[in-house]
Amino acid sequence: MKEEIRQTTTIAVASGKGGTGKTTVAVNLALTFSRAGKKTLLLDCDVEAPNAHIFLGTEGMESSRVTVRVPVVDESKCDGCGACGKACRFSAIVSLGGKALTFPSLCHACGGCVIACPNKAISEGEREIGAAFRGMFHGVDFAYGKLRIGEAMSPPLIRVVKKFKSDAELAIVDSPPGTSCPVVQSVRGSDYVALVTEPTPFGLHDLKLAVEMIREIGIPFGCIVNRAEAGDRLAHDFCLENDIPVIGAIPDDRRAAEAYSRGIPLIDALPDFKLLFEELGGKLIETAEACARKEVRR
Amino acid sequence: MKELTIVSGKGGAGKTSVAASFAALARDKAIADCDVDAADLHLVMEPAIKHREPFSGGSKAEINLEKCSSCGLCRTLCRFDAIDEDYKIDDFACEGCGVCTDNCPEKAALLIPRHAGELFVSNTRNGPMVHARLIPGEENSGKLVSLVRSRAREIAENEKLGLVLIDGSPGIGCPVIASVTGVSLLLIVTEPTLSGLHDLDRIASLAAHFGIPSAVCVNKFDINIEMTNSIEEYCAGKKLPVVGRIPYDTLVTKAQIAGVSVVEYSGGAAALEVSRVWKKTNYMLETC
Repeated sequence: MKEEIRQTTTIAVASGKGGTGKTTVAVNLALTFSRAGKKTLLLDCDVEAPNAHIFLGTEGMESSRVTVRVPVVDESKCDGCGACGKACRFSAIVSLGGKALTFPSLCHACGGCVIACPNKAISEGEREIGAAFRGMFHGVDFAYGKLRIGEAMSPPLIRVVKKFKSDAELAIVDSPPGTSCPVVQSVRGSDYVALVTEPTPFGLHDLKLAVEMIREIGIPFGCIVNRAEAGDRLAHDFCLENDIPVIGAIPDDRRAAEAYSRGIPLIDALPDFKLLFEELGGKLIETAEACARKEVRR
Repeated sequence: MKELTIVSGKGGAGKTSVAASFAALARDKAIADCDVDAADLHLVMEPAIKHREPFSGGSKAEINLEKCSSCGLCRTLCRFDAIDEDYKIDDFACEGCGVCTDNCPEKAALLIPRHAGELFVSNTRNGPMVHARLIPGEENSGKLVSLVRSRAREIAENEKLGLVLIDGSPGIGCPVIASVTGVSLLLIVTEPTLSGLHDLDRIASLAAHFGIPSAVCVNKFDINIEMTNSIEEYCAGKKLPVVGRIPYDTLVTKAQIAGVSVVEYSGGAAALEVSRVWKKTNYMLETC
C-alpha cells in the first residue's frame, strides 16, 4: 500500500526527569529536518516552562488567548437546591447560604452543573488560562503555549497547542517533564516517542518511570542518551536489558552546555553536532515513519 | 514550625541535590519529597519504609455494555471525547467528571475510583521522610503532593521538629502550586542559561502571585558567568536575595552514584558552597 493518504508523522520528545535535554533534542531535530527539505512543525507543549522559543525566536508570532468554559450562576434563578454541587466531582461549585458559589480554578469544564440545574440558572462563561503562539522560524512552523501564572491545570492549553493544523510531513512535540497528566496529554496520538535520558542514577530512575508510562499508553518508543560519557553503560545497559532501542547518544561536551546557555541551537554552534543530529534524525525518522505506516494499515 | 520548599521552574537545575544536602545539614526537620511523579530524593536518602498508604486519585467512568442501549447521549455530552463508538472509555481522556454516569437513562455508566499511587513514611539517617509514588500516567499529582505535605507537617508537629524541608517538582502548575502555597520560604535553584533565567522568571512570578518570600541560588554558575551575572541582575531588580553560587563539580554526580548528598560525600567546591547556601537560607527562615 504505497499510495496512502499523506499525513503528518508525529514524534514526541519526552523524559521523566527534567533537564535531560528534551528541548535541545526537539529544537535541533526540527531544524535538521527542515533543512533537509521536510515540512516540519514543532509544538512546545511544556506550557508551564516553555523554552523552545528561546532557541527559535518569538518575533512576529501570532498570539491567541486560550480560555476554558466556567459556570456562571444567574442568582435570580438559583434557589440553592444544591444539585450542581452534587453533580460536580471537583468541588468547583457548591451551594452555600442558599446560593450556588463557584470556584473557577477547580473547574474541569465538563458542563455537568449546567445539565444538573433544574432551574436553568447556570450558563457558561470564559476564563483565560493562558496564551498560544505560532510563527515560522528558519523554515520550522513553530507553536507554543504559555500557562497563565497561578493556573494549576495545563492539559486544556496543551490540547490547544496540539490542535494547530499544519500540512507538515513531520511534527515534533516537546513534552513537559514528569509522568503525569500533562505528559500523557502531550505524547498521546504520537506515532513515536523519543525518551531523552542522562546516565545518572536520577536520570535512570526517571527513565524507568517514563518507560512504564509510555508502555501503558502503548506508543512505540526508543531512547536517546544525552551527556553520554565514553564507557558509561548505565543507560545503555538498562535499555539493552529491557529491549528498548537506543536511537543515539549525545556526548557530554562543555561546548554544548555553553551554546545551550546562550540559546544557540547546537547544530548552528558546533559542526560535529550538526552531523550528529543529521544521523540521529535520519534514524529517528525512519523508525517513526515505519510506525506511522503500520498505524495507517491497522 | 517553618516550611521551606525547593523549586526551580526548569527541571534538572539541581533541586534534589540541594534538598538532599539540606537534609544532611538542617537539624530537627521532617523531609517531604513533593516531586511525586518523578521522585528521586529517596535514591540518596536510603529510606526505611515504616508506613505506607494507598492513594486514590480520582475516578474513571466505566460503561456496562449489557445495560447500555447505545442511545449515544453520553457520547454527545462528554466533552473529553472519552467514549468511542463502541461505548468503550478511553482512560487517558476520561476526567472522571461523572456527566455520563449522571445522565445515562439506563444507568449503565459508573464511576470507579482509581488506585493512583502510594504514600510512604520512612526513617532515614537524616530524619523522618514522607515520599510517594504516583503511578505513571495518573492524574491528581497536586492532591498527592498536598497529602505528602500534610503528613510531613503532622510528623514535625508530633516530634516537635522546627522545619519541614520540601523538595518540589519542575514547572509552575498543579503539583508546584500544591507544594508552595503557604510555605515560609521558597529557595529557587536555577542554572546560568537563558532557559534557566526564563523559567526562574516563571516561578518567581508564581511566588509573587501567592505572596511567598523567595531566595535564589545559581547552580553550576561557572558554566556561563555572564549569564550568572544577568540572573543576579534580574534578582536585584525583583528584590530577590541571591544566597549563593554553586560551582559545577563532578563530585555532585559521584555523590549521587554513591547514594548520598554531596555534603556527606566529600569536601570540594560544590559541597562547601551548598553549606554556605544552607546557612544563609536558614538565617532567612529564622527571620521570616
